[in-house]
Amino acid sequence: MVEVKNLKKSFGNLVVLDDVSFNVQTAENFVVFGRSGTGKSVLLKCLVRLMDPDKGEVVIDNKNVLQLSLSELNELRKNIGFLFQGAALYDSMTVRENLEFPLIRHFNFTPLEREKKVKEVLERVSLELAIDKMPSELSGGMKKRIGLARSVISQPKLMLYDEPTTGLDPITSKEISELIIELQKSLNMTSIVVTHDLLCAKIIADRAIFLHDGKIHGEGTIEQLTTADDDLLKNFFTDQHIDSNNRSK
Amino acid sequence: MKFADSSNPELTKFEKKVNEFFETISGLSLFSILFLKNIFKPPYEIEQIRKHMDELGIKTLPIVSVTGFIIGLVLTMQTQPVLARFGAEAFLPGSVGISIVRELGPVITALIFAGRVSSGIGAELGSMRVTEQIDAMEVSAINPFKYLVVTRIFACTFILPLLTVYVIFIAFLGGYIAVVLVQNMSIEYYTGAIVRAVQFGDAIPGISKTFVFGFIVGVVGTYKGYTATNGTEGVGRASTTSVVISSLLILLFDMVLVKITLWLWPTV
Repeated sequence: MVEVKNLKKSFGNLVVLDDVSFNVQTAENFVVFGRSGTGKSVLLKCLVRLMDPDKGEVVIDNKNVLQLSLSELNELRKNIGFLFQGAALYDSMTVRENLEFPLIRHFNFTPLEREKKVKEVLERVSLELAIDKMPSELSGGMKKRIGLARSVISQPKLMLYDEPTTGLDPITSKEISELIIELQKSLNMTSIVVTHDLLCAKIIADRAIFLHDGKIHGEGTIEQLTTADDDLLKNFFTDQHIDSNNRSK
Repeated sequence: MKFADSSNPELTKFEKKVNEFFETISGLSLFSILFLKNIFKPPYEIEQIRKHMDELGIKTLPIVSVTGFIIGLVLTMQTQPVLARFGAEAFLPGSVGISIVRELGPVITALIFAGRVSSGIGAELGSMRVTEQIDAMEVSAINPFKYLVVTRIFACTFILPLLTVYVIFIAFLGGYIAVVLVQNMSIEYYTGAIVRAVQFGDAIPGISKTFVFGFIVGVVGTYKGYTATNGTEGVGRASTTSVVISSLLILLFDMVLVKITLWLWPTV
């Protein structure tokens, strides 16, 4: 479904991604780990060309993303959902308008069909009562849920999550992670999740990579990564483990 | 869309300022070209344009009303004793009318519009940029430039001339109040004197240049907001620099447009 080959991205002299390559299979949940500032979000943005990489290749659904024209890219983007770190809800629109926005633009649904879709997706994220609220009236967790609802309302084949649990309390984090896996299963989506939250990754990941200094430092299942005989991984996951244990308590 | 980077740490403060200046000029030119390229392409976003025109007009109406009234009143009060010195008081409505229609009405309205609207657009789009709402739009295969920028520039370009016509009439009203305070003049004589003095050649260049001013306000506000960086600090900077740049450009373009007008209609 997704193939990344030798991806490079730098800002001035700072190399953020250095020869990053990986594959993600259809319906797989793929997690990208790494400390803050290791280029995880940049990687995600390069996949959908919100940023253009300096070198490399990104193939999604057998299409070379970097060689697509803008109209071809937009056709591809209609099949991709993106949950931003801060949910990125349009703050001048109500929840209903936020959810209707992609439907009005890309589909020929009648107002009744749209309404049904909006209510359905809000029910999935358990926020039916927030339908007429403005984003400023929602809590962080609610915003993430609505952001998630907006991303999946057009039933994308591929979902990209940028730190879906950052800034949330442990219980809400767990709820969001479980919601992600539930949606992934019911809609049969492929997911790429950028996170540094081990608890979230444990719930979601089929496979993961660990980014360090712009390179892939480790690849495998969560089990393999957390038990690997590698100082960097040990340090990262030991701190995370203590943290996630504390959060579980 | 890419813009030159003036954040290179090796540059001196002066070099950075010069770089920023040229960045802004090239960015504004690019934005104007992109606007013209996008305006004729569907979807036309009529609903958004109508919404922005509504909002911008209503937002600015109270302040331009007060300003227009005061300008008319004060200008008349200031001009009256000067004309009286030459025994030319009968020319008062005409001379005030011409000043308001040709210069004061368009420029003052544009400057107030810039202060009120350009900063608002800069802050709104800046905040959308730093909270990734613009990215979210782009990744949902919606052209954010068309939806957010083109609609606002179009609305600014066409709402400012309407506001200017309104301000001119309010200023005439203010002028009449001032005239009544100092000398006995009927409303019929006052309006008749203005209509006789203000010719077509005065009104058309005066109103026409407000299309350019509106365009400037729209382009500067959207450019600064759309390209905002560095979080909330960037949003604040986008808002304030929008006002400064659009006000300066309005005055610069006014100078050029007056010259062009006088060249096209030398006898007016």
